[in-house]
Amino acid sequence: MPTVSVGRDRLFEALGRTYTQEEFEELCFKFGIELDDVTTEKAIIRKEKHLGEEEGLEDEEVIYKIEVPANRYDLLCLEGLAQALRIFNGLDPIPTYKVAGINKESFLEMHVKSETSRIRPYVVCAVLRDVTFDEARYNSFIDLQDRLHQNICRRRTLVAIGTHDLDTIEGPFTYEALPPSEINFVPLKQTRKFAANELMEFYQSDQKLKKFLHIIEGSPVFPVIYDQNRTVLSLPPIINGAHSAITLKTKNVFIECTATDLTKANIVLNTMVTMFSVYCKEKFQVEPVKVIYPDGKLYSCPDLSVYHMDVPLSYITRIVGVSLPEKEVASLLYRMQLEAKLSISGDETVNFTVSVPPTRSDILHPCDVAEDVAIAYGYNEVPKTKPSSLKPCSLNQLSDLIRMEIAMVGFTEVLTWILCSYKENFTMLNRKDDKATAVINGNPRSADFEVVRTSLMPGILKTAAHNKDHPKPIKIFEVGDVVLLDESKDVGATNRRHFAALYCGANSGFELIHGLVDRIMEVTGTPFVSPGDDVGYYIKSADEPEFLPGRQASIIYKGKQIGTFGIVHPEVLQNFDIPDPCSFVELNMEIFL
Amino acid sequence: MAEEAVLRYLEKNEEISDSGKFAEDRGLSHDDILNIIKSLNGFRLVDAQDIKKERWVLTDEGKKYAEAGSPEVQLFLAIPAEGIAREDLQKKLESSIFKIGSQQAIKNKWIEMGKSQVSRKVQQVEDKIKILLLQIQNGEAVSSEDIDALKRRKLITQQIWKGYSVRKGPKYAPKRKKAATDLTRENIQRGDWKELEFKEYNFSAKGQPLEGGHLHPLLKVRRQVQMIFLQMGFEEMPTNNFVESSFWNFDALFQPQQHPARDSHDTFFLKEPSTTKILPEDYVERVKEVHENGGYGSRGYGYEWKREEANKNLLRTHTTAVSSRMLYLLAQKPFAPKKYYSIDRVFRNEAVDRTHLAEFHQIEGVMCDRGLALSDLIGVLHEFFSRLGMSKLRFKPAYNPYTEPSMEIFSYHEGFKKWVEVGNSGMFRPEMLQPMGLPEDVQVIAWGLSLERPTMILYGIDNIRDLFGHKVDLGLIKRNPVCRLGLQYMDSA
Repeated sequence: MPTVSVGRDRLFEALGRTYTQEEFEELCFKFGIELDDVTTEKAIIRKEKHLGEEEGLEDEEVIYKIEVPANRYDLLCLEGLAQALRIFNGLDPIPTYKVAGINKESFLEMHVKSETSRIRPYVVCAVLRDVTFDEARYNSFIDLQDRLHQNICRRRTLVAIGTHDLDTIEGPFTYEALPPSEINFVPLKQTRKFAANELMEFYQSDQKLKKFLHIIEGSPVFPVIYDQNRTVLSLPPIINGAHSAITLKTKNVFIECTATDLTKANIVLNTMVTMFSVYCKEKFQVEPVKVIYPDGKLYSCPDLSVYHMDVPLSYITRIVGVSLPEKEVASLLYRMQLEAKLSISGDETVNFTVSVPPTRSDILHPCDVAEDVAIAYGYNEVPKTKPSSLKPCSLNQLSDLIRMEIAMVGFTEVLTWILCSYKENFTMLNRKDDKATAVINGNPRSADFEVVRTSLMPGILKTAAHNKDHPKPIKIFEVGDVVLLDESKDVGATNRRHFAALYCGANSGFELIHGLVDRIMEVTGTPFVSPGDDVGYYIKSADEPEFLPGRQASIIYKGKQIGTFGIVHPEVLQNFDIPDPCSFVELNMEIFL
Repeated sequence: MAEEAVLRYLEKNEEISDSGKFAEDRGLSHDDILNIIKSLNGFRLVDAQDIKKERWVLTDEGKKYAEAGSPEVQLFLAIPAEGIAREDLQKKLESSIFKIGSQQAIKNKWIEMGKSQVSRKVQQVEDKIKILLLQIQNGEAVSSEDIDALKRRKLITQQIWKGYSVRKGPKYAPKRKKAATDLTRENIQRGDWKELEFKEYNFSAKGQPLEGGHLHPLLKVRRQVQMIFLQMGFEEMPTNNFVESSFWNFDALFQPQQHPARDSHDTFFLKEPSTTKILPEDYVERVKEVHENGGYGSRGYGYEWKREEANKNLLRTHTTAVSSRMLYLLAQKPFAPKKYYSIDRVFRNEAVDRTHLAEFHQIEGVMCDRGLALSDLIGVLHEFFSRLGMSKLRFKPAYNPYTEPSMEIFSYHEGFKKWVEVGNSGMFRPEMLQPMGLPEDVQVIAWGLSLERPTMILYGIDNIRDLFGHKVDLGLIKRNPVCRLGLQYMDSA
């Protein structure tokens, strides 16, 4: 996206009011441009020279660097930006650009010689009469050429612009292509004559110009524009002649654009003349030039005609997704510099005839018109249509993520029963039933199904016991629900998602289970903190009956106990008939939600 | 032995005031005593307090002299009563002994050293240096002037001596039980676990790190984004084709051939294979026509479209190249609505820096149906981005050659307290869709973003090379938490 630097105060003056930076950013955002940077001339220079910031910047002119869309050539200068924003803000009417009506005799002519087809076949021209420049306008005029050269002109390969003080030259002009050695002139910023081939050599060391030499280098003929006295206007796309250079005092400007792409040449010429005709005595009026090709074809340029595009209202509302009355659509389009005339056809369909001004070469199709309606309406005012979609259960999603992580550190997943015997849930774990925890089955068909588990421990211990012959160590885990009595629920009980893991081997693996707790905390992004700190987790020793005293701990997460781990008490191991030492961890996973 | 000595002593005595002296009195090594005290202190059987003493010890040179005598005395004794030729004396002694010895002996006025002859000036000398060195070695007191003199000659050096004073600790017992560090299979088999006393466990340190594998953070995020698309009913496009023609990458998207993105500054063009050989010719004709002269209600770009440009091969600059192929295929059949997504590698000829890489992952969503509007695009973007954790969105008009309207997507970042650009979106232009053969009333809405950017914001990474590529820190991959989009996106950065 091209960036345009403009003086903030000049811009605000042109916009007829001042803005806070925030307000201006808001305006830019709505219109589809962006305030990229706020700086000053001196700051830019300091930056280039890698100097530090200095004090006392208040008196420096503030520069706004504004990013504009790459297809809006009319926004590449302050004049165009200000005009577009003023119309957008409803301050100005859309300007009508006119080609001055002049009689046949006073038409300036540009004769194209056939050799130009070998190197750069097209030229378009125009004249700005009675222009008033001041320093700022003059700089803007030069900058716009630079920006056009950089952007649409593709670094002068497609189009090159030459601007001249018309009062120093005399038409008719000729556009020729000659062997380099035959072209002799004093180029801009130089004081002596150069032959064109010599000049190419000379500019090898010119940082700015050497980038363009390749466009014509090696060609047997170079393009060149002469006036009727054989004064060289320019050697496109490299350099203009010094003779016709424009100055602050220039009143009449002759603009020529030579090109390999005629469409773009016209866009460039139109951009130049529409933007700066605002400073002509006859505002928005441009004087035409006749371009005559060797085959006798004759063109009058610039072509400032308005392009008419028929756009049905229904198309616009269909694209935007908002039904809008035709009057509103027309006024929205007006703010985007598009005049829309209403026409209702026989079958009552509402159509607009949209007038696309010569400044809006970006409008190619009715979809571009529809976009402008949407922009003026406000993208952020368009109501959203909710698409159909599904949302996964976040608890299950979390469970799956944790399960993957635990398997990846070498634990094997087991899936055990929710139901177990009363003994397994309590006495075999050295636990006492406080009668306020477990859901009890009323009609179990077997003792294995008496209780709904309140912990994953019995299932996991039974799995370990059943796998006595499995090579040690055994590392297993389970993520699953336990059920707890809960007065606050309609049915008096609630599920809770637990995580549990067991290590069983020649020794207890207590430190490894401790490490597993750390890993769960790491993958849930929980920091390890000192005891008492509520932002992360810490471990403190515990005293639970199912674990060996001195080798067990509580896991404290954000100040709350969420689980325990420890060496399984040898009595518990014996109860489950496990001959090897085990360590076990169990925690409430729902707290990570 | 040493442990027993310490514990037994404390049984009857209040304190061991100096571990060094304690060791010496009992003929034990002080180092052993120190280790025992440290261990007993760790188990709180005793309470040990540091004591520090400064003392002088002999340097290597000092030790040599303590044994063989000072250089000056060695030199003196080498001179016979009748004197000796200087050369002969030099031969009799080590050069360093000769050098230092003669200096000191002259200074002490013991000898006379002529140009060729050396003779004694006194008959008897006392080796005071040796005596002092031996005194220091034995820990005897030496006057401070003598210490200074020896220090100057670098014969002695100061050493900090460390020891303990020891009293009974809270868990004192005359004999300690061997503290267990773990419960073993043998403990259970023997049943002696009941007698075990465990060494105190340090819960303020972390547990044992686990061995295991880890997945890459970026691909963890990719998985979650895929899940979002699947939940929204999008099907995945096949994107396993990095080499693409300019035609599918640009021309089919109504991107003019002079567009800056088609410069070699931005795109990797290929030397081998340099061109695409097969394109659907009738479609190519329609694309050429719409670029040059428009059609389907468009003015076109009005330039001469070149087939050679379209044939140029490149590494795809966006996955929209795949979308254009998919939409073209879709247009070859009777129309049916589709929702497509892809997340895969794209390539840009860019200088690598903190925020740019020459390759990255593009996330793309495409919806194709009759009568889709901007309001549908805005709706689907809200749905998609809110699942990424970005529910506060706003849209800025933008320019993109193949979409109209085009919108840049901004999301409010609670951490940065500002709006940040998070993606691009739009409705594909009729000049792109209709040459493919899609019906006129079919609209395609699409959006794209990089996978890296939200991932970097999610994990607070500010250099893209820390995340993706060979300069990644494996530790970061290992420490990386699970990816839970939508929950922590905004507040973790």
